Amino acid sequence: MSYSVRAATVRHGGTVALDDVTVVVEPGSVVVVVGGDGAGKTTLLRTMVGEVVLDSGTVDAPPAQEIGYLTARAGSWQALTVRQNMDFVGGIYGLSGERLEQRREELLSRAGLTEAGDRLASQLSGGMRRKLGFSMAMLHQPALLVLDEPTTGVDPVSRIDIWRLVSEAAAAGAAVLMATTYLDEAERAGSLLVLDGGRTLAQGTLEQVRAALDGTITEDAVPHRAAWAWRRGRRHHEYWARGEVVASSAAAIDPDLEDVVVALSLSRRADVGANS
Amino acid sequence: MSVGPGEVVGLLGANGAGKTTLIRMLLGLIPVSSGDVELLGGPPDRERRAGLGYVPQGLGLYSDLTVEENLAFSSQAYSVAAPELPGLLLGSASVLVGDLSLGLQRQVAFLAALAHSPRVLVLDEPTSGVDPLARAALWDTIREQADAGTGVLVTTHYMQEAAQCDRLLLMSRARLVAEGSEADIIGATRAVAVRTADWAAAFAALNAAGEPVMLAGRDVRVADADPDHVRTVLSAAGLEAEVVAVPATIEERMMVLARDTSSVES
Repeated sequence: MSYSVRAATVRHGGTVALDDVTVVVEPGSVVVVVGGDGAGKTTLLRTMVGEVVLDSGTVDAPPAQEIGYLTARAGSWQALTVRQNMDFVGGIYGLSGERLEQRREELLSRAGLTEAGDRLASQLSGGMRRKLGFSMAMLHQPALLVLDEPTTGVDPVSRIDIWRLVSEAAAAGAAVLMATTYLDEAERAGSLLVLDGGRTLAQGTLEQVRAALDGTITEDAVPHRAAWAWRRGRRHHEYWARGEVVASSAAAIDPDLEDVVVALSLSRRADVGANS
Repeated sequence: MSVGPGEVVGLLGANGAGKTTLIRMLLGLIPVSSGDVELLGGPPDRERRAGLGYVPQGLGLYSDLTVEENLAFSSQAYSVAAPELPGLLLGSASVLVGDLSLGLQRQVAFLAALAHSPRVLVLDEPTSGVDPLARAALWDTIREQADAGTGVLVTTHYMQEAAQCDRLLLMSRARLVAEGSEADIIGATRAVAVRTADWAAAFAALNAAGEPVMLAGRDVRVADADPDHVRTVLSAAGLEAEVVAVPATIEERMMVLARDTSSVES
């Protein structure tokens, strides 16, 4: 049983937050939504959990009690301890007594939070707080796990922990839909959805996303056409559409996801500019 | 540690490693218990701090003032003229900073920090949550400053960004533990890459065996592991896999470091 949002369009007043976006999440797999600030990631996740109503399109999600959702900002109550946070959420899903205690301690142990169990949430580091939020979203063993930027601002060690927890959840059969701005970690997902300005730039496996780029990416010491070049370290990468004559000093490279997303974004923005 | 003119130094470390404390000492906000802090040739007093630009993690802007008002306020504090708005921000002069996208807020914070032409720039996670294009633009600004002779100290959790620095510093548990290039930071730490048709099963088996396992695409990676042990675990689980020893990533080096220091403490 897969879950999906199909042909979703959402308007906020005059602006289109999502424009004909489709995403399908299979049990046991991780789909990662990438894109910058304002790309539509959070809106898409919120349509999946039923918090945003579509102007058109369809949502196929399990009932609310089978969804675990970690929002981008909150995730825990600052004035409660780690265990109190878990118990509170457990109570909402009808868990109590020994069953709740067992599940709570198992999740805290996997997240490395056992020793911090009696600490107030306000006294946790950013990484620990995200791991607590993740554990709270997982408490009732949801069939669909929706995570909004669980790793943004989190240090690399905690990021690895969070990815391990996400991988465990998927390996145990959950369908996972998560958003991130870190493209290096997005390369780890089985399936990707690249959004920009509310529209799908590319989707599928890493190879399919790379194949969506029609043209060449090069590297050089200097940019040749500023509008189509971006900095990577002390070098400049540049996108050449198919048919364009590549500058002779620029060497073609095997692009990573970051290069592909930048090049696709530049192309789309040029199209939007040309049409407006 | 030190940062020279025209140099971009990346400061890495897990949360709680001491990065922000180090920055606050450099800013003169925390006195050192022992040792010396030197900013532009002397202690970080009021006068020398005027030569420093700082973009804090929280950006340090007033969300209930407009872009123009924020820039006027920070420029007046340094007795300089307010900076001109670049193209991207031209239409937003009268917009409350709290109503701007995160990417644009970061641009404003950079403008505020650069208006008095600082000779030292301290940036605490300057690109967290920003899209790749906006991030590339912010790095253009950082490089321009360095090319003009400004020394830059930048903290990041983004490993692709660490690769853009001239030199890296790695902190762990309040100590500086490695310094130099990416290769210097990684040192002799190795990882094991496992390629198999059934990554979920391989992941589950290694995880159950207590290995520090993670995913990289459909490969499973184990930091600081013995390839033979990994093969044993996998074959006990009835899995066929290609197991190769590879150099670790910076992230894996940090994970190993965090694990080693916590086991020493307990």
